[in-house]
Amino acid sequence: MDFGDSPAEAEFRARLRAWLRDNTPALPASSTDDEYWAGQAQWHRSLYDAGFFGLSWPVDIGGQALPSVYDVIVDAELAAAGAPPRPSLGYLVEGIVEHANEDVRQRFLPGIVNGRDRWCQGFSEPEAGSDLASLRTRADRDGSDYVIHGHKVWTSYSDDADWCLVLARTDHEVPKHKGISAFAVPMGQPGVEQRPLRMINGITKEFGEVLFDGARVPAANMIGGPGEGWALAMTVVSHEREPGELGYVARYTKLVEALAGRVRGDPSRFGAEQVRDLGWAIVESEMLRLHVIRRLSDRLDGMSHGPEGSVDKLLMTSVEQAVGHAAVSIGGAGHGGGDDTWLKVYLYSRAQSVMGGTSQIQRNLVARRILGLPA
Amino acid sequence: MDVRLTPDQQALRDAAAQLAGRLGPRTVRELDDETRAAELGAALSASGWRELRVADDDGTPLASGVEAAIVAEQLGRGLADAPFIGPTLAAELRRLALAPPAGVDETVMLAPRLAALASGPEGAVAIDARGAGSALLVLPTGDGYALAAAELPVDQVDVRTDLTRPTAVPSGTVTRLPGPLRTLTGDDLATWTALGLALACADLVGTMQGAVQLACDYAVARRQYGAAIGSFQAVQHLLADAFVSMEGSRSVALHAAWAVDALPADDALAAASVAKAYCARAGRTVCETAIQVHGGIGNTWECLAHVFLRRALLSSDTLGGTGDSLARVLHHHRIGR
Repeated sequence: MDFGDSPAEAEFRARLRAWLRDNTPALPASSTDDEYWAGQAQWHRSLYDAGFFGLSWPVDIGGQALPSVYDVIVDAELAAAGAPPRPSLGYLVEGIVEHANEDVRQRFLPGIVNGRDRWCQGFSEPEAGSDLASLRTRADRDGSDYVIHGHKVWTSYSDDADWCLVLARTDHEVPKHKGISAFAVPMGQPGVEQRPLRMINGITKEFGEVLFDGARVPAANMIGGPGEGWALAMTVVSHEREPGELGYVARYTKLVEALAGRVRGDPSRFGAEQVRDLGWAIVESEMLRLHVIRRLSDRLDGMSHGPEGSVDKLLMTSVEQAVGHAAVSIGGAGHGGGDDTWLKVYLYSRAQSVMGGTSQIQRNLVARRILGLPA
Repeated sequence: MDVRLTPDQQALRDAAAQLAGRLGPRTVRELDDETRAAELGAALSASGWRELRVADDDGTPLASGVEAAIVAEQLGRGLADAPFIGPTLAAELRRLALAPPAGVDETVMLAPRLAALASGPEGAVAIDARGAGSALLVLPTGDGYALAAAELPVDQVDVRTDLTRPTAVPSGTVTRLPGPLRTLTGDDLATWTALGLALACADLVGTMQGAVQLACDYAVARRQYGAAIGSFQAVQHLLADAFVSMEGSRSVALHAAWAVDALPADDALAAASVAKAYCARAGRTVCETAIQVHGGIGNTWECLAHVFLRRALLSSDTLGGTGDSLARVLHHHRIGR
């Protein structure tokens, strides 16, 4: 039982810290700025090339097969250096690792892990949000290809993506969960139209919608077998709910430290209520840091992922939104000509209780699958 | 970095759970069963768990804060009405002051409002006072603190807040422990406070677990509109939130327990304060949820839900609740007092 570093972990931490001294990119503090997303691909590649990304994944796809707790060290050091968080795409990797055949694994995973290929996730649709299995995008067999028609929305990173992991209906005769297949679809082709969506904080680079109108994908790009798309989707979203996978701890720690710095710099400007909001943001973000260590330690047993991802998602949401409240409380809402950076951080925080499955859905899952309450 | 419990720690957890499950009160009525309570007290004495913080030959405690917290959590979960935190904290004070073990059952005295160790008799309150003959406190000496004790009136305990862990007001005069003893430093008191907070957090985590289980069992059994109330989303979401708060609490409490012996005194106190702010807030909300899910039954004396809430309230106040803890956290970040 040890929250401290082993000798090997300490050596890794020292190496990362030294590298960060010379290699921290001058990106904005958080993902609440278009410039941040524009620099994300470069940051991913530089982090990977230096040996600090994809640590826990298998060696054959570019990982280092290290225990997941090494990601805790990465998050802590990135936050301390003021660097951007590590790229959040572990859930795609985990989903493909678990469901793909060897050919798909070798063709796609190394490029995702090393950052040379950019990916987005085409799951949600205008009429299929929480009820994802009701999705209508269709993939119809045509020779050695499938032809895709449909509309995906709330698609993060779609403007930057080379590939889209698309869930599409390939069988219309079976119950809705059973007729879905997953494909790696190239974005750069006629028949794929990407449109940016403007988020409530004004950024346009993170969020998009993708229209497929006769886009073609080779049948060999199907991930898993026909009708196995739902199982893959569930693996992906369960990982997408884990803060250890997303690396958000670094972002929260950094935001909280910046807010604390503002208060330290001019304490007389801040009232008891604002300082209290900061106190809770410190406590919440520290909770998540420790919770991630606990969860990643459990994985040393080779523990598989179950409904506890929903617990973690709800905890992560409470942290993001406590930090958001402290941001607007201490940073200010930007009226009267002030800086609106912190307002943007706050507004961005509202998405956390929706993305990757709403908090309402997570509570349903905790109640039924963990607490054993009746349906 | 590996924060899984060791096999020995898992065995300790299971043994403590088994003891509290077998001899703890399972109904409100059983709280009045003196025979059962005496058996629980005797079994806890025989376990040796109250001596986990007694000094080994080299002055270090026999066991770390993690082991002490493991026991505290299971006793909280089982609403154990036998002293543990009090005697454990008394042993820690004696260890730090190089004082010999006590001859009688002993606990500690906290300042009014319970937010700190008592540094004088004025308004001081002994916690976990069941069966205790005396309670330890400190007296300022100019260059530190001297260990002192006061007698407790064994038959005049107060169970108005926590039905399972009475408090008491000292009856006799305060006398310094005979020396030569080590003068306690500010760092000693920080370490001691960190241990006390970590144990209070562990007790809160256990209390939350017991309350969530009680409420879930009720939600499955209780039927309205022809269905178990636990099948309604409104009830499910209350219980899911309670469970999630408990899981977050478990993570901070575990770190606080580890930090007691692994980090410098200031950092250990900061870790304990983060944990206490989180666990105190969560503990009250979770136990309130347990009452809410029980509906009208939850507002009657016979339902165990209020026993959990009362225990959580006392644990929350022990060595400082959310406000005091947040202030300590902010201070550690060089903000505020």
